[in-house]
Amino acid sequence: MQGFSGKGLGCVRGERRVFAGLDFDVVSGRALLLTGANGSGKSSLLRIMAGLLRADAGMMLWNDADIADDEEAHRTRLAYVGHTDPVKPALSVIENLSFWARMNGRGTSEDTALIQFGIDHLADMPARHLSAGQRRRLTLAQLAVGQNSIAGPPLWLLDEPATGLDDAAVAMLANTVLAHLTHGGIAVISSHGGALDTAIEGHAARLDLALFAR
Amino acid sequence: MYGISLIVQRDIRLALKGGSDGAMVVVFFVLAAILFPFGIGPDTELLARIGGGIIWVVALLAAMLSLERMFAADYEDGSLEQFALSPVPLGLVALAKIAAHWLTTGLPLIVAAPVLAVFYHLPADAFLPLVVSLLLGTPALSLIGSVGAALTLGARRGGVLIALLVLPLCIPLLIFGAASIDAAVAGQDTAPHLMILGGFLLGALALAPWATTAALRQAIE
Repeated sequence: MQGFSGKGLGCVRGERRVFAGLDFDVVSGRALLLTGANGSGKSSLLRIMAGLLRADAGMMLWNDADIADDEEAHRTRLAYVGHTDPVKPALSVIENLSFWARMNGRGTSEDTALIQFGIDHLADMPARHLSAGQRRRLTLAQLAVGQNSIAGPPLWLLDEPATGLDDAAVAMLANTVLAHLTHGGIAVISSHGGALDTAIEGHAARLDLALFAR
Repeated sequence: MYGISLIVQRDIRLALKGGSDGAMVVVFFVLAAILFPFGIGPDTELLARIGGGIIWVVALLAAMLSLERMFAADYEDGSLEQFALSPVPLGLVALAKIAAHWLTTGLPLIVAAPVLAVFYHLPADAFLPLVVSLLLGTPALSLIGSVGAALTLGARRGGVLIALLVLPLCIPLLIFGAASIDAAVAGQDTAPHLMILGGFLLGALALAPWATTAALRQAIE
């Protein structure tokens, strides 16, 4: 049983205290939904969890071991999806996907990942011709590469992943996240409500960041 | 090492597909160097004397043009964050980006330089020092430039800022690069100048990637 938790986390951006004294605890097979108004620190918290941003206070634990002791191991066990799509317009869809799969050592199931997000017919098209929603699908398809295999990362950190997706794509994303959770994965997702939240409600706890604002 | 080759391959493919500005840099290099004879006049002796220096100055300016985009695209589309989270250490990512930058902008300059040497009536003895000095100097430019490119990520008018940061640091390269060609034109030994250039390259190789990595980390936060 894997567990990811944080104790007394605090974050200061600019001169402003975003949140302080934040605790969270999420175990294998469960998701954590981050809620709160714009600027309440959902993205900052996810970036702290990913190690992209340093917390100004507190610590995070993975299976009761301090993450700061082995940041490299933490990097290999997580997948992070931010607001931007790391997609090169000049490369084809499949080239973009394979590049990141290989960089992260995630195996070679790119084709099924494209099918999972309904963009397999675009595989050889240069990514510059994709719509914003299709580009988002391509970014999310990276989660599906190596999913549920030994190479797949157990911790998913998703920052408003459903932005720009149509209903069909949100359902695909929800299925992918549910499959991840039922295989013992952990997900932390920031959201503004919507179909994704409803779909994974049964597996998720909510964390309202407004409670930790000072 | 596998990660490095993946990034280099990707960046070269992007450059070939027009996703970067390698070709533009070479065209600028040739055009700018051709402007000088028009301004100075067709005095072949004078041109042969100043040719080496001009080719080096123009190479420096051409390299400045491409520095701004070295990390900017990866920074804007979130690729840099994903690099920072990948199992490949960020220092090696920076080194790979620098290598790819040199292969797509520095190497084409070296190929174009002998053509300009003919244009400036440089004696045949000066061709080898010209190519060797650029071979040692342009990787050092990419290395030093990467620090400026990483430091100015997210800044407005980054391009001008990079030039202000990097050009002063490149003056030693310019002095010894041009001096090696002058020495060849004057029939003197070029080895000391080239060795000093080699020393600069090794120094830059040892120091610049660390500074670039630290600046990239700062930019991601």
